[in-house]
Amino acid sequence: MGGYNSPLRKRAGRALSGALALIVVLLVVQIWLLMASVESWLAGHHEVALPAAIISAVLFAISVGLLALIRRTEQSGRDPRS
Amino acid sequence: MSEFEPNDTGGKRNPPTGEELWREEFPVASSEQGFVERRQFGRFLVLTSGAMVAGQLWLLGKNWLSEVETTAYPRKAVALASEIPVGGTKIFQYPGPSDNCLLVHVEPSKFVAYSQKCTHLACAVIYAAEKKRLECPCHEGYFSIDDGHVTQGPPPRPLPRIELEVEDGQIFAYGVSVFGKDA
Repeated sequence: MGGYNSPLRKRAGRALSGALALIVVLLVVQIWLLMASVESWLAGHHEVALPAAIISAVLFAISVGLLALIRRTEQSGRDPRS
Repeated sequence: MSEFEPNDTGGKRNPPTGEELWREEFPVASSEQGFVERRQFGRFLVLTSGAMVAGQLWLLGKNWLSEVETTAYPRKAVALASEIPVGGTKIFQYPGPSDNCLLVHVEPSKFVAYSQKCTHLACAVIYAAEKKRLECPCHEGYFSIDDGHVTQGPPPRPLPRIELEVEDGQIFAYGVSVFGKDA
C-alpha cells in the first residue's frame, strides 16, 4: 500500500491533472468553434464549415492522444518497477 | 457477514481488526480512486470532444446538401437598363404573374434581382440604398444585396435570386436560384 503515496504516483497524478486541464481547454475551443461556425453558416458564410471541421477534428485527435497519454501514465504510476 | 467467528473457537479466523473491516468496505485507496475518477472524466471530455466534431461534420454535410439550385424559366425582358438609376429599383413579376421580384441597380454596371417575398413571413422586402441591403420592414430581417443571404433577423434562409443578363441595354430574367432544398 505504500506505493500509493510514492513520489512516482504523485508525479503521475500531477501529469494526469495537467493533461486533463489541457483537454478541457481544447474542448472549450471546440465548443467555441462550433458555435462560431454555426453562427457564420446561418449568416450565409458557408465557406467556414470545412476549415472549422478540420480544426475541430485535429483538436479531437489531440484530445484522444492526451487520453492515451493519461492511460499510459496511469499504468506507469501503478507499476512501481517502471 | 457471519464469516468471522469468535477468536476462542480454535482453528478459525481471528475477528478482523477495525482497519481490516475498513479495507473490506473500501478496497480502493483514495489516491487510486482519484486516478479512476480522472480517467472517467477524461473519457467523458474526449467523448464530448467527439460530439463537437460530429456537430461540425453535420454542418459540413448540411453545407454540401444545401448548395444553390438554379431552375431555368422562360427568358423574359424585365426592364431597360437605362430606365433605372444607380440605387434605383423596379418591381417585376417572374416567373409567374404573382411572383413579385425586385430589380436593383446596385452599381453602374451591376444589376441584381431577388424575390420580393421575405423568407420569414412573405412580407415585401425593400431596398435600402444607403446601407446597400434588402430590408423586411415587418420583422427587421436584413438580406445582403450581393447574394441575398440573411445578415440579421428572423428569416430562415436567403432570398431566391433571379438570374439576369443584360443584352443591348435590355435586362432579361432567365432563371431562379434557391439556396438549399431544406435549409
